[in-house]
Amino acid sequence: MIEVKNLYKSFEGVPALTDISAVFETGIVNMIIGQSGSGKTVLMKSIIGLHRIDKGRIEYDGRNLPDMTMKEIRILRREVGMLFQGSALFDSMTVLENVMYPLEMFSSMSKKEMIQRAHFCLERVNLEKSSFDLYPSEISGGMQKRAAIARAIALRPKYLFCDEPNSGLDPITSLIIDDLIYKITHEFNITTIINSHDMNSVIGIGEKIIFINNGKKAWEGTKDDIFKSDNEELNDFVFASEVFKQLKAMKINNKK
Amino acid sequence: MNIFQDTGRYCILMEHVFIKPDRWKMFFRQFRNELDKLGLQSLPIVLIISVFIGAVLTIQTKLNSENPLLPSYTTGLVTRDTLLLEFSSTIMCLILAGKVGSNIASEIGTMRITEQIDALEIMGVNSANYLILPKIVAFVLMIPFLTIFSMAIGLIGGYFVALFSDIITVAEYVTGIQYAFNAYYVFYSIVKSLVFAFLISSVSSYYGYYAYGGALDVGKASTTAVVNSSILILFFNLLITNVMLK
Repeated sequence: MIEVKNLYKSFEGVPALTDISAVFETGIVNMIIGQSGSGKTVLMKSIIGLHRIDKGRIEYDGRNLPDMTMKEIRILRREVGMLFQGSALFDSMTVLENVMYPLEMFSSMSKKEMIQRAHFCLERVNLEKSSFDLYPSEISGGMQKRAAIARAIALRPKYLFCDEPNSGLDPITSLIIDDLIYKITHEFNITTIINSHDMNSVIGIGEKIIFINNGKKAWEGTKDDIFKSDNEELNDFVFASEVFKQLKAMKINNKK
Repeated sequence: MNIFQDTGRYCILMEHVFIKPDRWKMFFRQFRNELDKLGLQSLPIVLIISVFIGAVLTIQTKLNSENPLLPSYTTGLVTRDTLLLEFSSTIMCLILAGKVGSNIASEIGTMRITEQIDALEIMGVNSANYLILPKIVAFVLMIPFLTIFSMAIGLIGGYFVALFSDIITVAEYVTGIQYAFNAYYVFYSIVKSLVFAFLISSVSSYYGYYAYGGALDVGKASTTAVVNSSILILFFNLLITNVMLK
């Protein structure tokens, strides 16, 4: 579980996050949603420690990140997996080498065990064996995302962060990636935090949702609560598209 | 950003670079790749430039020293000393600042803007140490060989002029390049090149590591890295020459 308490973050005096408190629970998909520029990426990067916060607490199962030294943060990060918006696979390495990298760096496994573990992770994300020896530039965006998930879970992380996992993907591949993240979260009992503004993902796999607006937490609830909420800012954001407006109308009609 | 902020950030970065690697095995793997990329792959350009500069130096020295009072070995001697003292260390490093410096800055800069450095950090890897240390160590270790190689090839370039033209005889040239040889010049040249190699690799790494924005910004970081490395080379050249040749 990750608990954020009264978090403040500013850039050169301009506040980016103001008094954010939230609990990200273990074994479920936690989502941070909000418009572009609302501060959700800053929040995620602050939670991981890529941004130094001004004030507040970020507790990883009771361990407060801002109190840690750089060495302690690096040790904690070995329990963290992250899926980046652009996959961030190392382009000088093959897909297999990318997944083996964290194992080579931090595990005491033999070469054979590392290969076995990397194969397991790649097969878990449904990547075909023929792609294992290809370089990231030689595979599609969806395959890159899957390889990045495989790399993120290679060290059996306790915490998984996903920054806009569906950006640049077609709707079908997006669904596959969402489904994969959801299954992995439940299968390995991981604390997953997804940063997204893709409403399909939110409605599809979001189990706990935090809505950020202008650097403040504006709403918190489950995906079912979204349809009942009378929070104006949330409704403006979620039901900006006609499809979701109709979905909300259908849900209300069904209840009646 | 002003020079003081840049210097401070550079020093802080170097503090993160010069620590014990997380895994020696991974360090040596990177180190081996960098030896090839920064060292061995620089051999062709060093060869081409050195042979031509050696040849041109011989021709120009001969044509500008047509004085009966000057001994016949002057051309060879001047060519040799110019190569040893200045060309194979300073000029060659200025050229390598362009090749190696832009290579390092653009590689690390691209890794930065595509979040590969963030990915390393998230894994708990000291990205500065993992990416930069092998480059600095590899290039600093390779530079003496490149310098000596450049000296030898430059002298061979001059020899070709003597062999294939009637500007100077082979005997005059060979006598000249052997006359009053001072081994300290080679030592001085190697010391200079070691300092320059450190400057090129560390300064270029710094600009790449702190690149931000898009592809255009990586290009800008790369250009800044080359320009600033070159300025620092010229400054340190003056400094070291004052210290070592006075």
